Amino acid sequence: MSNKLSIVCVSGTLEKLQMASMVASVAAASGDDVTVFFSMNALQYFTKDNAELAAPEEGEFGRLIETEGVPAFRKLFEQAADLGDAKLLACSMALDLMKITPEDLTLEFGPATGLTAFLSDAEDGRLLSF
Amino acid sequence: MSETKVVDARNTFCPGPLMELISFMKRADVGDQMELLSTDDGSANDVPQWIAKVGHELVSNEKIDDVWHIVVKKVK
Repeated sequence: MSNKLSIVCVSGTLEKLQMASMVASVAAASGDDVTVFFSMNALQYFTKDNAELAAPEEGEFGRLIETEGVPAFRKLFEQAADLGDAKLLACSMALDLMKITPEDLTLEFGPATGLTAFLSDAEDGRLLSF
Repeated sequence: MSETKVVDARNTFCPGPLMELISFMKRADVGDQMELLSTDDGSANDVPQWIAKVGHELVSNEKIDDVWHIVVKKVK
């Protein structure tokens, strides 16, 4: 019986994206049923146009993360999906405001997802927000 | 008896060594043995916990000259 973990990723700062990607990748690779829902400032880093866009640091720790050897958050989300079958979902409202579709995103994103669908999916598991 | 594959994750930080090991495990056959090399002390604790949680076999875990050598066998 696997545990269900839902992660809401809204912040566009490096530290929060890094932590969310670490939790998502380790949980997914450990057999948890992981869903990551991206909205607000977090979604912009996953468009094809922004594939190289760096996330700003919140503080001193962000500069440490940029030290060579810390896995990049994009890579960890990709591994969460590839190695642990994590579902990566883009908020439909964020897509609408950004005037893009899931096809404009780099990683393997699932269908555009509204809050009703996301909350129904998340209701019988744990939820973390970054 | 298959030989031990070495996964060199030295100089990467958490969860780099674990994810390197997992991507190797995913491709390996049951019975294969892997030796993870890591310089990250956190991973020396975290990797064996992952192995126990997922149900593989920790063969050995020792630090030699600042490098952790974690040997794991894929059992399922």
